[in-house]
Amino acid sequence: MDALLSLVHGFGVLADPMNILYMFLGIFLGVLIGVLPGLGGANGVAILLPLTFSMSPVSGIIMLSSIYWGALFGGAITSILFNIPGEPWSVATTFDGYPMAQKGRAGEALATAFTGSFFGAFVATLLLTFLAPVIARFALQFGPAEFFAVYLLTFCSFVGMGRESPFKVIAAMMLGFALAAVGIDTVTGQLRMTFGSTELLRGFDFLVAVIGLFGVGEILLTMEEGLAFKGKSAKISPRVVLQVWKELPKYWLTAIRSAIVGCWMGITPGGATPASFMSYGLAKRFSRNGKRFGSGELEGVLAPETAAHAAGTSALLPMLTLGIPGSPTAAVLLGGLLIWGLQPGPLLFVEQRDFVWGLIASIYLSNVAGLIVVLSTVPFFAAILRIPFSIIAPVILVICAVGAYTVHNALMDISVMLVFGVIGYVFKKLSYPLAPLVLALVLGDMAESSFRQAMLLSQGNMSIFWANPLVGTIVTLALAMLFWPVLSAAMDRLRSPARSREAALPAK
Amino acid sequence: MAHQADRSEHTVSKRVMDLVVAGVFMALATLIMWDNWRIGARWEDDGPGAGYFPFRIGAIMFVVSAITFVLKLRDRTVEDGPFVERTQLRSVMQVLIPTVVFVISIGFLGIYVASAIFIAFFMAWLGKYPAAKIAPIAILVPLALFLMFEVWFLVPLPKGPLEAALGY
Repeated sequence: MDALLSLVHGFGVLADPMNILYMFLGIFLGVLIGVLPGLGGANGVAILLPLTFSMSPVSGIIMLSSIYWGALFGGAITSILFNIPGEPWSVATTFDGYPMAQKGRAGEALATAFTGSFFGAFVATLLLTFLAPVIARFALQFGPAEFFAVYLLTFCSFVGMGRESPFKVIAAMMLGFALAAVGIDTVTGQLRMTFGSTELLRGFDFLVAVIGLFGVGEILLTMEEGLAFKGKSAKISPRVVLQVWKELPKYWLTAIRSAIVGCWMGITPGGATPASFMSYGLAKRFSRNGKRFGSGELEGVLAPETAAHAAGTSALLPMLTLGIPGSPTAAVLLGGLLIWGLQPGPLLFVEQRDFVWGLIASIYLSNVAGLIVVLSTVPFFAAILRIPFSIIAPVILVICAVGAYTVHNALMDISVMLVFGVIGYVFKKLSYPLAPLVLALVLGDMAESSFRQAMLLSQGNMSIFWANPLVGTIVTLALAMLFWPVLSAAMDRLRSPARSREAALPAK
Repeated sequence: MAHQADRSEHTVSKRVMDLVVAGVFMALATLIMWDNWRIGARWEDDGPGAGYFPFRIGAIMFVVSAITFVLKLRDRTVEDGPFVERTQLRSVMQVLIPTVVFVISIGFLGIYVASAIFIAFFMAWLGKYPAAKIAPIAILVPLALFLMFEVWFLVPLPKGPLEAALGY
């Protein structure tokens, strides 16, 4: 098996003790980020990214991806103990996790969540190990038209799968593309949308945007809710963990189903958040105890956590093989790769074997390490959550400012971050989605250049996007996704004309 | 912003805010289209012009925001709450305004001194903590940042007169 040999090679890359140290450091920081309000996976990784510039790319990506795994684990802690989802993908975990904590079964809920996370990530990593090289080899044949088609599919999926108004999704996405185009055009050297300002020459860096949108915006939202943390105390003893592990095999079907849902949603850019909801919903429908969901069922914690972690991990698959991240955090990791001079995409698997397989091997190890870290340090992180918001908030804002500054050593970026913070706050309140904005900002240049190259090849003829079966299929699929809201509404109307007319009336 | 001008107890409704944001989007899209048309949004001799792609982005943005605008304009029946309640707005401003001052002061004082003042002010004003509790946090956090960035990772952060006096 080719993949297995490569994986063994990857573990060889990991043998450097410094890499193991960075892994543990990353996980610890990640859990901390996941627990604190206003610091999440995406902006946490963005803030810490500049710290890794002096490391080798392998060590850097190991530390950053470990932060990401840590944040995925950390989200569960706040959901279960405080009924406050630290991350959007842990919202579904609160449904059964917090009731369990109220009944004094917090330890069991946490142990279940962590084990579920571990299982989900493990399945997704297996998928990554065996599927990624295949996809990368396949994608080597892609030309500019195919790449643009895949970008198109990514962005259209947001429209088809988002819960928000499709017009708002597209508007947010276009804002991302427009911001990405500001500055010097790399092809013609012309200035675009700089309006005579030298500060705009550099364009907008998506790392600064991520820190503002997710970090500052989140603080403003938290402030509005006037949070007072009233948490349940957590004790995890080895006895509780063993007891949970004895009980969990009963729910093997739920675990496997959730892992599959998660992997699917992670590869397509649905992301961890819808994956966790979908998996919770499925578990509720299929479980024998479905009616008791919401009152503190072990299975109701297992399902969303497994799916969220599987989705978070499998989001790396399209990021590594095609250069298209499946989530904002994966997008930030992709930004890191670009800064280190590594071009994500199919060639990465040929040219940077050490890097790719070192990363994949590290995911196996860091999830084991993550499980150990969270199981042993929960009381510590729960204590951090009891620090009042009036102390935590200014410290987090200071950290965000530092993070925004270090991206380019530019003072102006701190102000830009603040503006993005206000935008993030307003967008959240009006349900404009942030993920498509961030992804468009990251991928804007690449999407544009593949579009231009395709147009050059065809001399401006759009038919190049249907020139061969492969690109035609992807583009058609993308358009189907784009018009999915219209299609599904039309199908509903065909099926039950009376009901949809009633539904349509109050909207007028 | 728009809702600050409101003098009555309630602020603007969500619908009005939706209209405002869609309007801003449309204005922005117009600006994008105008600037990119100027630099060449059509097919040049050697391929697509520099504004070819962004112009189309602007056009799509304009169309979808116009749809949102019209939908919200016609949507009168739905009772929707205020965009933000007055007390909530005050809490948000309590964070936002000191943060703006903090960001401006970084340019003059350097990030470490500005952070210390910002944390101290925040804890004293919103948390009502005694000075004995404020001092350690307001001093130790910037100090930890200093050690981490300037000493350990060798990433220089903006410094002001105090650091200059200390020889950094």
